[in-house]
Amino acid sequence: MKYFRLIWKNVWRKKIRTSLTVLSVFVAFLLFALLSAIGFAFRGGVDVADAERLVVIDKISLINPIPMSYLNRIAATEGVESVTHSTWFGGYYQDPRNQFPQFPVDPQSYYDMYPEVSMPPEQLEAFKRNRTGAVVGRELAETYGWKIGDQIPIQATIWTKADGGRTWEFQLEGIFSTDDPRGSTALMLFQYDYFEEARAFGKGTVGWYILRVAKGADPIRVANAIDLQFANSPNETKTSTEAAFAQSFTKQFGNIALIVMLILGAVFFTLLLVSGNTMSQSVRERIAELAVLKTLGFGDGAVLGIVLSESILIMLMGGLLGLGLGWLIIQGLAQQMGAFLPGVFLSPKAIAGGVATMIGAGTLAGIFPALKAMRLSIIDALARA
Amino acid sequence: MSDILARLEGVSRIYLKGKERVEVLHELDLEIPKGDFIAIMGPSGSGKTTLLNLLGGLDKPTAGTVNVGGAELSSMSNSQLSHWRSTNVGFIFQFYNLLPVLTALRNVELPLLLTDFNSKERVKRASIALDIVGLADRAKHYPRELSGGQEQRVAIARAIVSDPSLLLCDEPTGDLDRETADEILRLLQVLNREHGKTIVMVTHDAQAADYANRSLHCDKGTLEAKEAA
Repeated sequence: MKYFRLIWKNVWRKKIRTSLTVLSVFVAFLLFALLSAIGFAFRGGVDVADAERLVVIDKISLINPIPMSYLNRIAATEGVESVTHSTWFGGYYQDPRNQFPQFPVDPQSYYDMYPEVSMPPEQLEAFKRNRTGAVVGRELAETYGWKIGDQIPIQATIWTKADGGRTWEFQLEGIFSTDDPRGSTALMLFQYDYFEEARAFGKGTVGWYILRVAKGADPIRVANAIDLQFANSPNETKTSTEAAFAQSFTKQFGNIALIVMLILGAVFFTLLLVSGNTMSQSVRERIAELAVLKTLGFGDGAVLGIVLSESILIMLMGGLLGLGLGWLIIQGLAQQMGAFLPGVFLSPKAIAGGVATMIGAGTLAGIFPALKAMRLSIIDALARA
Repeated sequence: MSDILARLEGVSRIYLKGKERVEVLHELDLEIPKGDFIAIMGPSGSGKTTLLNLLGGLDKPTAGTVNVGGAELSSMSNSQLSHWRSTNVGFIFQFYNLLPVLTALRNVELPLLLTDFNSKERVKRASIALDIVGLADRAKHYPRELSGGQEQRVAIARAIVSDPSLLLCDEPTGDLDRETADEILRLLQVLNREHGKTIVMVTHDAQAADYANRSLHCDKGTLEAKEAA
């Protein structure tokens, strides 16, 4: 810490150059924050997945429905504690831009499957009692300003009604929330029975099953046992963990993680060149000063540490500002885009990764100039000065 | 002899310039008593600065030994020499070599960053050093706000702040006008006479050499005493 003044003054010796470098670091880490949060949203439930929950889908494709008759057979499989089901509805509210996930479910078993979701008991009861009732997450209710008792018309894009209509009317019976800040509540659930009765096609099927593995049971054995039961049937199944299911769901949009990584890779490579150049120039300009420090008794390690610290400090200044502004923007984005792209969230893991990247990039950018300063010959440097 | 601060015995220094061997100092012997003020004169390339570098532990001899204050510099590692320099020797350069980003006070404080003194103590000692060179009122000025003579005074304060026994001056007045040069030389005399500092000064200036107790003439890598004019 006693060298901090020296390091700080050295960093700001060329104010414009340092400001521009800090600005480029700032932009890079702003981008890092935004892309991390969007990447997190696209990863969806992968990070909040429960290891004891398995998902059963059609072996060929997630979009192929599977028979409702599988429910009891799955429930009877050894190692299965409970089962529920869900189906992708794919509708919108008033305008095609207002898209958010809707799922027809069995209220009680679905609610039991997700203990992390909470809702007042009387609202759950009302939902169960009302055949055309629906519940929504708090995020969604806030986005559209919905209150209990509101009529919510949803336009179907897939599931037309038996009477040819595309408008499904629901009464809002409950609003649920989750304690996990990473979990999205931008979705709507409604009664499967109503869906089953009113839809024009696909009767007797569901999108996928979700099951909880009994305590002590091996999830892999349970998954294999389920898939074995339906082998060689017209609807073979693929059972996987909730995380794997969420990942396969995300992959429908493309490999977002790879795209994010490639963009960030290019940005940080450029950043390393920019800040490496700044540090090289900075050291080149003060060879004589560094020689004086060594003459006064500053050892090789101290000189190396001072130059490296300058590089890391530049990264931290720009990086923390970038992450900070990114975090503020993400708060706004989460509110604005909550329904369209739920789960936009700058996770503590991403923040820690960002800080580690700042320190790593600062070290990389500064290491060669720092080594040059450390290996400096005092006599040669003073003679040239 | 305990009165001897520095002793050089059979010191040679050979540099390689490409494939050519250049012998800058040749089997040089020198004793510097404590409290002496020596001026070393001689033409460019005669080895004056090399001699100063050896005395200050900035360079090592190719042959022979350099002993300063009981420390055998020729056998010390680079890190040992760094540590030794920080407490035993002060350097004064022709072009002052102050750090432009630091105020006079903070420049003087630099050598103390290598000690265990806390911030308050470091500032106190740096202020005393500035007071000794008569620049207490310029403590918060940056080098660009000082005249050449004032900058050299700050450099002298930096050289004495950790209270070394030996001051090495490489052309300390080479960049100054006559009047300012005389002020600096008088200051060095005060440090020598009143504060007991042993001073070795390299100079081209015969008038500057007059401020020293004795002068040595360096030529072709050897030293000889110079007769007083």
